[in-house]
Amino acid sequence: MATAKSRKKSNTSKEDLLHHYREMLLIRRFEEKAGQLYGMGLIGGFCHLYIGQEAVVVGLEAAAEEGDKRVTSYRDHGHMLAAGMDPKGVMAELTGREGGYSKGKGGSMHMFSVEKHFYGGHGIVAAQVPIGTGLAFADKYNENGRVTFTYFGDGAVNQGQVYEAFNMASLWDLPVIYVIENNQYAMGTSVSRSSSTPEFFTRGEALGIPGEAVDGMDVLAVKEAGERAVAHARAGKGPYILEMKTYRYRGHSMSDPAKYRTREEVQKVRETQDAIEHVRELLLQGKHADEDELKAIDKEIKAVVNEAAEFARESPEPALDELWTDIYA
Amino acid sequence: MATEILMPALSPTMEEGTLAKWNVKEGDSVSAGDVIAEIETDKATMEFEAADEGIVGKILVAEGSEGVKVNTPIAVLVEEGESADEAAASVEKAHASTHEQGAGHPAPAKVADEAGPGGQAPAPSVPDDPEIPEGTKMREMTVREALRDAMAEEMRADENVFLMGEEVAEYQGAYKVSQGLLDEFGPKRVVDTPITEHGFTGLATGAAMGGLRPIVEFMTFNFAMQAMDQIINTAAKTRYMSGGQMSVPVVFRGASGAAARVAAQHSQDYAAWYAHIPGLHVAMPYSAADAKGLLKTAIRGDTPVIFLENELLYGHSFEVPELDDYAIPFGKARIWREGNDVTLVSFGIGMEYTLKAAEKLAEDGVSAEVIDLRTLRPMDTAAVIKSVKKTNRCVTVEEGWPVGSIGNHISAVLMQEAFDWLDAPVINVTGKDVPMPYAANLEKHALTSVEEVLEAVKQVTYR
Repeated sequence: MATAKSRKKSNTSKEDLLHHYREMLLIRRFEEKAGQLYGMGLIGGFCHLYIGQEAVVVGLEAAAEEGDKRVTSYRDHGHMLAAGMDPKGVMAELTGREGGYSKGKGGSMHMFSVEKHFYGGHGIVAAQVPIGTGLAFADKYNENGRVTFTYFGDGAVNQGQVYEAFNMASLWDLPVIYVIENNQYAMGTSVSRSSSTPEFFTRGEALGIPGEAVDGMDVLAVKEAGERAVAHARAGKGPYILEMKTYRYRGHSMSDPAKYRTREEVQKVRETQDAIEHVRELLLQGKHADEDELKAIDKEIKAVVNEAAEFARESPEPALDELWTDIYA
Repeated sequence: MATEILMPALSPTMEEGTLAKWNVKEGDSVSAGDVIAEIETDKATMEFEAADEGIVGKILVAEGSEGVKVNTPIAVLVEEGESADEAAASVEKAHASTHEQGAGHPAPAKVADEAGPGGQAPAPSVPDDPEIPEGTKMREMTVREALRDAMAEEMRADENVFLMGEEVAEYQGAYKVSQGLLDEFGPKRVVDTPITEHGFTGLATGAAMGGLRPIVEFMTFNFAMQAMDQIINTAAKTRYMSGGQMSVPVVFRGASGAAARVAAQHSQDYAAWYAHIPGLHVAMPYSAADAKGLLKTAIRGDTPVIFLENELLYGHSFEVPELDDYAIPFGKARIWREGNDVTLVSFGIGMEYTLKAAEKLAEDGVSAEVIDLRTLRPMDTAAVIKSVKKTNRCVTVEEGWPVGSIGNHISAVLMQEAFDWLDAPVINVTGKDVPMPYAANLEKHALTSVEEVLEAVKQVTYR
């Protein structure tokens, strides 16, 4: 199946376009701020930024309904923001503070929100794939009509447990949407150097799972594909695979040697395929907004992010007693 | 020349079975490979084939006979013209005499003699348990039945409880622990999985995060090593990593430890492995009553539980109180025998050696206090300390490997908390520090023994 393209004139409503713009911009500014705080030593450990991939999660959230679940890997900040989690709580978790979603005990890779149906934040590559499949098992068991978005990367697709999960999901018609975020590099190993068959949307074929490749830099294409996948899963037809062709602008984590790809390659994607620029153009060309209105949105988002950063710096470190809590129910 | 047909063992742990059906009658001719009988155990049913050709001269054990010991002659094959009765008589006589000499026939496929674990020893009497009200009726049942009853009761009580694993449904359980559950609860709640440990462990963990209460049966815990990442990194740690927001109410249960002649990859004791992990609860019951009561508690709790059973104990019978709601709290040891001279600490199948050793010690005038830890995390070290303050001596007993063992941990705790009360170094009786060998004699040697426990007690009591 060819990559879906919708870089044509959009008939998407102004409200939707502005919503996508705002959401993607929030993720980008948030991540830039996180990178900055990392550089200042306020965020420690591993920190994986989502910059460049914003359209994937924003487009799919636009296809989701209240109560649908999501689970992802350690590159999870964008997913949490798009799921509606509070930027303050996310940023404060990054700084390891009491006000963080996990009270400072999880960090960048381990955050959860029962309220927003966000089931992590998983630090082990591909571990979230059976977990998301199990969430879908629970939904089917409860016959509640919900679906689970299970995100993983082009690195995770070569883990064995992915196929164990695919098999059971297909065998039992579980309402799960497997979203492969193919940003083309598993840490520093490109798809061509890691995968015998690079067309990941076909990886479920042998198990009877339909899939399609999607331009993951185009939020409208993502949303459309997401709607097809959701309809399939919600109708009881079982799992569906969406391979999102996307790109990460930053390194794998904050400590990335940047030796495995050229600066020109990154620059080219930024200049020609950027997801936020795309929606910005659609807004301007469609006369849905002018430069001043967009500037006002930029300013508003910047304020939200600054407020989150401020909160994350001000929130106290967890009390030492917290070391011993939340181990047992 | 008459040939006797012996009651077969369908598995290494089988000691007796039911001769369910004869497919032949006296006078029939049979060839090698003919199905001549059907044999049943509590675990399996199997068609039994003739290994020789001949005429069925005499059927010695009637169909429908229960409790037929392995290697008992069940029929006699004769050649053309041979007298069936004479042949049968001579066979029976020969069998009796060789048995007396302890040679001739291969020994029944069982792990150990009376001194070791695994024999269908008479049920030891369960000591008075303060949790059981006076006058409660007791019913004798196997560990296998107790586990099934615990699951069935909890599944009746809570729609969100379900069982999944390899062969749990239509096959009725590889070790028949889930027998009958499919009939009562249907395929939605008794789910046969593909052979995909890592996958279904992660799936169950996700289902638990999504609000269900899965019971995952590992055919044996040896296979759970494939799923270790999901057990440790996801199930055990999620509550902590989520700041207490999300719990993972899943029970992982199945057989752990050596069975009988299944060699290195199928014989590992996982007590110490899982007891190491904060975020997990770990139970390793010995008796049927504890198996039932602890499993019920495990299913109800919101903490992920590792429930370590033992294949050799499945068929052992114990008295179980007939109570509507017999749930035993985790972290409370059971004292099987009170004593003053030495404290013996064990759990799971280690209790077999320990109780037998305590009996022999009593005959020799040594009064041993026997503590069954029952759960390894949380562990009732307080009970051990209290006992050692009385006896001043301690021996721990387990089948697992010696390095980083449960015994090591108890020794360290005693050193720190009861140093001044100890009159001798604590000795850890364990399995040997080797992969489990296949050969019967080597396997027996690799496990621990009653003799080793007695020797350790001799050392700590300076006798």
